[in-house]
Amino acid sequence: MAHFDPNAKPFSHKWLNERLGVDTLKRVLSTEYWIPKNINFLWAMGMVLAATFGVLLISGIFLLMYYVPTTKEAFDSVNYTIMSQVGYGWLWRHVHAVAASVVFLIIYIHMLTGIYYGSYKRGRELIWISGMLLFVAFSAEAFSGYMLPWGQMSYWAGMVITNLFSLGSLNLNGLVEWIRGDYVPGQAFLGRFFMLHVVLIPLFIIGLIVLHFGTLRLPHVNNQDGEEFDFEAEAEKWKAGKRKESKVIPFNPVFLSKDVFVMGIYFIFFFYLVFYHFEFAMDPVNFDPANGLKTPPHIYPEWYFLWSYEILRPFSKNIGLIAFGFAQVIFFLLPFLDRSPNVAPANRRGIFKIWFWLLVIDMVGLTILGKLPPVGTWTIVGTVFADVFIALWIALPFVTKMEKPVGGK
Amino acid sequence: MSDRRDFMGMALGGFAGLGALGALYAAKRTWDPLPSVKAGGFTTLDLSNVPENTLVVEKWRGKPVLIIKVPKNAKPNSAPNGNNENAYDDKRLVTVGGHKYMIVIGLCTHLGCIPDYFPEKNKFICPCHGGQFNAAGEVLKAPPPSPLVIPPFKITGTKVVLGEEGPEYKKLLAAGVVS
Amino acid sequence: MKDLKILAVVVFFTLVTYWGVEPFAHSQMHKHVEGHNFTYPDIKASGLKGDPAKGKAAIAACTSCHGIKSQGIKAPMDAMAASAAYGVNPPDLSNVGALFDTKYLIAFLQNPAHAAKAKKMAMPAGMAGTAQGAADIVAYLKSIAPKELSAKEAFVTACGRCHANRYGKWTQIGDVPKTKGNIKTGNDVELTKFKMNVAKYQDKLADYMGKLPPDLSIIARARSEHYLKTFVEDPQAVLPGTAMPRVGLTKEGFEKVDAYLESTGDPSKPLREKTGPWVLGYFVIFTLLAYGWYKSQWKGLGH
Repeated sequence: MAHFDPNAKPFSHKWLNERLGVDTLKRVLSTEYWIPKNINFLWAMGMVLAATFGVLLISGIFLLMYYVPTTKEAFDSVNYTIMSQVGYGWLWRHVHAVAASVVFLIIYIHMLTGIYYGSYKRGRELIWISGMLLFVAFSAEAFSGYMLPWGQMSYWAGMVITNLFSLGSLNLNGLVEWIRGDYVPGQAFLGRFFMLHVVLIPLFIIGLIVLHFGTLRLPHVNNQDGEEFDFEAEAEKWKAGKRKESKVIPFNPVFLSKDVFVMGIYFIFFFYLVFYHFEFAMDPVNFDPANGLKTPPHIYPEWYFLWSYEILRPFSKNIGLIAFGFAQVIFFLLPFLDRSPNVAPANRRGIFKIWFWLLVIDMVGLTILGKLPPVGTWTIVGTVFADVFIALWIALPFVTKMEKPVGGK
Repeated sequence: MSDRRDFMGMALGGFAGLGALGALYAAKRTWDPLPSVKAGGFTTLDLSNVPENTLVVEKWRGKPVLIIKVPKNAKPNSAPNGNNENAYDDKRLVTVGGHKYMIVIGLCTHLGCIPDYFPEKNKFICPCHGGQFNAAGEVLKAPPPSPLVIPPFKITGTKVVLGEEGPEYKKLLAAGVVS
Repeated sequence: MKDLKILAVVVFFTLVTYWGVEPFAHSQMHKHVEGHNFTYPDIKASGLKGDPAKGKAAIAACTSCHGIKSQGIKAPMDAMAASAAYGVNPPDLSNVGALFDTKYLIAFLQNPAHAAKAKKMAMPAGMAGTAQGAADIVAYLKSIAPKELSAKEAFVTACGRCHANRYGKWTQIGDVPKTKGNIKTGNDVELTKFKMNVAKYQDKLADYMGKLPPDLSIIARARSEHYLKTFVEDPQAVLPGTAMPRVGLTKEGFEKVDAYLESTGDPSKPLREKTGPWVLGYFVIFTLLAYGWYKSQWKGLGH
């Protein structure tokens, strides 16, 4: 039983310490949470993501106060009430829409950073897997949120994506209708996606973020060279004042100071988009109200789904679905498909370096192709890129198996 | 920890606080009533056909507004302020088109219930806690602490616009009898 | 330095992706139409000089269907009766001279469907008799046109009989009236009647046009300005087969209409453009301070 000083003033430092262990919390979570010193700005992407999630949460709360989740009023509650009546409603909406799009850019950078530096193996498998779960949760959050303005793109994206659940020739139309609560996306559909967007998925995301941070604690953050060292010994050096010799820095304030600087640059970019360049995140087509009797001439998902959409598109219905399913799960398996023991940046891993850059180029290519009309040459090029994507992942275990061990730095 | 280090951290923290204030301002504006709510704050009433000693209920800014064309022979009552014997002579009445009207927000000043009007007694009795008002909205019986509130109004001919402050309203306001 | 190199790689791939999914993709999806800046090169200038006095004398040919409110001439039918008779309410001619191109109007008077590039037009051809007659009437309409026209008046004359704008409280038969409901029942008979008239009008209009022309409340966000400009100038060039007629606005006339569409479709623009520099300025200073903090924290770390 802990000792409680009867003379401690309520809410004084001592009083709080005895009840809440504030000193321990501060030590464990910030001043003695050790981060490697050998890092670059890509290591700030985690905090940038956390900040962006915070921005989404806050702007979302203000939108929620005026949004009406009915098929009759949703469109006007967003485009009239929020955009022209509510004080700074337009700001929250622009911020929310742009953040929802930009968050995926940062997620992809964060993911590719992890792949490049091999930060998903030797104890870090769960970091990767919880991160991928976050990616899936964010995707679901983005999709459900995209339904809410109930514009043409909302409606038709809802139609197309829910139709995927008929699972091709299995023709599970009953399942599709169950998901929609109707034959087509309608009131029931909007109501449940609204619930998912504002309650259930955010709860999952918050839980997953905690898990993601938790998985980071024991294996520690990776560094630019994949170097393994004794964190405790390095931490002792720091505490002894040998700040130059120590390979680690405390999260607060040293690591944080760099994070905040990177965040500052990020927010300049972010608010530039919010005020001057938002069309990419607020598709003009979605400013036409939903019309179940007219499909827009070009329909496409938001940019961050394009690469997987393009893997679905060039094939026949069933094969396309299988390829699509493959693309969704294959990233989860990365820690187990990579058979090399090396934790090192890709540029030191021989053939893996080629594999990595091919993957980046292929995914950028798929993303671009995914928005082009599926006609003529584009279809052929699209098939090639989709095939390359699948081939890359099939090749990964073999490529990494052949890899020679590389020493640390 | 050098001084400069502390200084930079604190300067940044302070500046971040400034940004948070800016965001709070936007948040406050978001919480404000919408322009459509404010524009809905005007109600025009035509009093030319209001019968004598009959309660007329209207709606202004979502609240009930009670109107009575007060008869000359309204029953005397003993208002606690003692400045009148008959509601007809009360300062709180508004003259429109040669007739005197009570125009008040129909929410009891105790806890906001709507009092019922009894024309034969020329008085209001609140169903919640038994407070009573005369036909000019003056308190006859506690618990209401103050008379029924007179909303801002402006008279044009036989019409009254609620929500605008006309000279007659300003006079009542100056006399301190609107609430 | 290493950070900058990495940043360059990240920015490169981001920009390539952006270029691919935005400018490039849109160039592949929509054919680019180069407008003629409302000069209507396909219509030859007649070279005829109109006489407003003669036009005024001949105006009865117009006023059998159209009203000219500014001259105290009422339309022979109200919007409801007119739509029942013609499918659409003929426009009031008070402001026509201020918005539409002279050359276009002369051609239109001689053959409306042809000038408007429309499949059909309720207005018959040859109402003005000769080309000179058309030029006279146009000269008259120009002579009575008001010098100043509000953006909304421009919209109402040019678009408002086919397109509603619910954010601007405009319907095809006029502004939504301010009515007062019955406090006992919550009903608003007057408003319900008005809405029924709008519905009837819209049904007739949809029969006439083949579909109900869209509400233009937020078209300023749904289409680019270039699209609206080229589409209004020549609908068939942008969207072949569309029921939308060429209305023959002048450049200034279109700008007025566009200003109205922006005021209902993107009303936050002025405040947005005013707030932007402040927010960006804030974050520039924030970043500079953060850089100072970062440098002070990392000093002497041998990094």
